[in-house]
Amino acid sequence: MKQLMTGNEAVARGAWEAGVRVVSAYPGTPSTEITENAARYAEIYAEWSPNEKVALEVGIGASVAGGRALTAMKHVGVNVAADPLFTVAYTGVTGGLVLVSADDPGMHSSQNEQDNRHFGRAAKIPVLEPSDSQEAKDFTVAAFSLSEEYDTPVMLRITTRVAHSRSLVELGPRSERPLPPYVKDARKYVMIPAYARPRHAAVEARLTALRELAETTPLNRVEWGDKSVGIVTGGIAYQYVKETQPGASVLKLGLAFPLPRRKITEFAHSVERLYVAEELEDFWEGYLRAWGLPVRGKEIFPWTGELQPETVASALAAETDRPSSPPAPRPAAAADPPARPPVLCPGCPHRGLFYVLSKMRLTVAGDIGCYTLGCLEPLNALDTTICMGASIGAAIGMEKTRGPEFAQKLVAVIGDSTFIHSGITGLIDAVYNKTQTTLLILDNRTTGMTGHQDNPVTGRTLQGEKYREIDLTQLCRAVGVDRVTTVDPFDLKLMEQTLRAELAAAEPSVIIARRKCALIDREAARPPLAVDRDKCTGCFRCMRLGCPCLSRQEKKAVIAGQCVGCGLCSQVCVPGAIVSAGEAGETL
Amino acid sequence: MNNILIAGVGGQGTILAGRILAAVILEAGYDLKVSELHGMAQRGGSVVTQARWGERVFSPIVARGEADVILAFEKLEALRWLPWLRPGGQMLVNDQRIDPMPVVTGAAAYPEDIPALLMAADAAVTVCDGYALARRSGSPKAVNMVLLGLLSRHLEFPAAAWEDAIRQAGPEKYLPANLAAFRLGSAEQ
Ligand SMILES: Cc1ncc(C[n+]2csc(CCOP(=O)(O)OP(=O)(O)O)c2C)c(N)n1
Repeated sequence: MKQLMTGNEAVARGAWEAGVRVVSAYPGTPSTEITENAARYAEIYAEWSPNEKVALEVGIGASVAGGRALTAMKHVGVNVAADPLFTVAYTGVTGGLVLVSADDPGMHSSQNEQDNRHFGRAAKIPVLEPSDSQEAKDFTVAAFSLSEEYDTPVMLRITTRVAHSRSLVELGPRSERPLPPYVKDARKYVMIPAYARPRHAAVEARLTALRELAETTPLNRVEWGDKSVGIVTGGIAYQYVKETQPGASVLKLGLAFPLPRRKITEFAHSVERLYVAEELEDFWEGYLRAWGLPVRGKEIFPWTGELQPETVASALAAETDRPSSPPAPRPAAAADPPARPPVLCPGCPHRGLFYVLSKMRLTVAGDIGCYTLGCLEPLNALDTTICMGASIGAAIGMEKTRGPEFAQKLVAVIGDSTFIHSGITGLIDAVYNKTQTTLLILDNRTTGMTGHQDNPVTGRTLQGEKYREIDLTQLCRAVGVDRVTTVDPFDLKLMEQTLRAELAAAEPSVIIARRKCALIDREAARPPLAVDRDKCTGCFRCMRLGCPCLSRQEKKAVIAGQCVGCGLCSQVCVPGAIVSAGEAGETL
Repeated sequence: MNNILIAGVGGQGTILAGRILAAVILEAGYDLKVSELHGMAQRGGSVVTQARWGERVFSPIVARGEADVILAFEKLEALRWLPWLRPGGQMLVNDQRIDPMPVVTGAAAYPEDIPALLMAADAAVTVCDGYALARRSGSPKAVNMVLLGLLSRHLEFPAAAWEDAIRQAGPEKYLPANLAAFRLGSAEQ
């Protein structure tokens, strides 16, 4: 029976069919649903790890113990997991080990658009790249066979369009794989130099064998058409090529690394004009050029962003003098419509905090999470956002550069999940190297940005089982921070007072701003508020909160939409014009 | 090949509408691909579901100038996605305005009279007051069902297929309200 599945659901299904025992991950768009779906299969142990490095290490342990394991993360997660990755590439595996890298061309929800095929090459491990959900499932199963047959971890690279698009998938049964007896093998798994040197030689031999496999594997296939144009492609780009170039000959690379040189050369010599259509980097094109093949690629395709069917069509149309698609309707007044950036939700606990930071004109070293949205107008409250966990180190660097006076107007902000992911070591640095860092931990009791996953701070597992919560106050004290306070971020006055006190302190301090995310806090919804038009003076101070429920109407503020009565706007309203909807007359 | 976009603002129920549409298309035996970007869905950003179906579908996303129908849950989103409509395609617009943050802060203006702008382009435009109809059906929250009803009038699938899909998509207790809203939308001229 065929079922409509996202690429992520299909990867989870493939893992289940391949007899996987352990799935470990740290959430990150577009990879998150792989793990959430894997957790629904009773035969799989699935966990949220505190970060990607730990997740991969858990996968490695499972593999060494003889079970098949899959570890999933977004592209930038592989940066965090790179250390174990580059050495498990040497040790190889016992049970099959697959690392899913979910790349995000176009940066739909990421801080960069790195192309992780490079990681596969750098670590010298095979990279498989599916083009739709059926392949996402099939390639996952194939990746496990390849992993065990060639004694290597395998990267399955997907991209947002494959991860989040639905297409039909033929389901299969699970193949149970009994655990082999555990055998200690220190020469394979203890990477001291003496044992690692022969493993490096094994890696090179493996790569040579994989290159041979690439020549014959059905993962790579030629679809002959008209031989005037030949296109080497793979991943989602393959779909755009098939869609827009129905007549062309296509060499589809399902094994994205290593490449089949003979197969590609033969294809190149069979067509009149040769193109490489790949998203982001010139990863394949570079090889073709090095082999002296007359190829065109990045001259006509973009280096940045996602490919689209129309970019593929128009790039190739210009080459082949074929007509591109007809012009689409556009409004007569062709002004670009105003953008609709995402915003902090109504009732979001981060809003009040950023209002205060912005009002106090502080320098804010930011981090990654929903609270990164505090960088947008009107809050405009962040100075930096680099990667998860970077806020604290960045604040330390700023303080050491510009001195203690500057540090009195400087804070670092980090979410609860991000603090656990990679903030703790930064805080240790703040103490160890005698700074006066003021760190705000925005503890909204969830991993909000990626869709509300639990984490060690909530103490609830991926399966929803409650075990031990990490006590952030104790944790901060334990690394040597004496000044740890907890504040409700909805209490703007107290928030400001606390900030002033902690900024003045000549030692590291932590303020935990604790309030549940508005989307998970069912008890917190209060009656909606409304503006008393007679009292509103039109000063629009409330607009500085950046609440999507507030807008301007005839020089007055109005509240519409899904107001949850958080009350921030009435706290900042000088004439006291914002009251509960009942008192103001009519509910809008 | 058939191409549809369902555009709206995070939280408006476009994703559920897309799921129901997908179930109806599958029931009719087509190959189908649906693409939805939902990373920002809960945070009030623009969201779009793209559906393509036919004998054999390759691309999961609709190219500019290719959509037969665009169902827009909000007026500004209709304007944003207009370039994706094929010449002469159908633009179905819910008569709702949701100010994006640049409009709230005063950095940008919400375009005046969007239906007129749409009509001035080469598009057949239907404007529907989804909220009024949803209220009339007795469930003001079922705007997405009203709009699906409206969409159903422009597609080939039988009413029974839509109603089956709606039945399977949501909890029993909302079913009468959802069906009533769908039927009102599908009767709307
Ligand atoms: C290395 C890495 N892994 C994962 C992500 C995806 N990601 C972005 S923010 C975030 C966590 C946000 O949770 P939290 O810090 O609790 O803040 P909240 O969104 O709840 O405000 C995640 C997982 C990322 N950007 N980088």
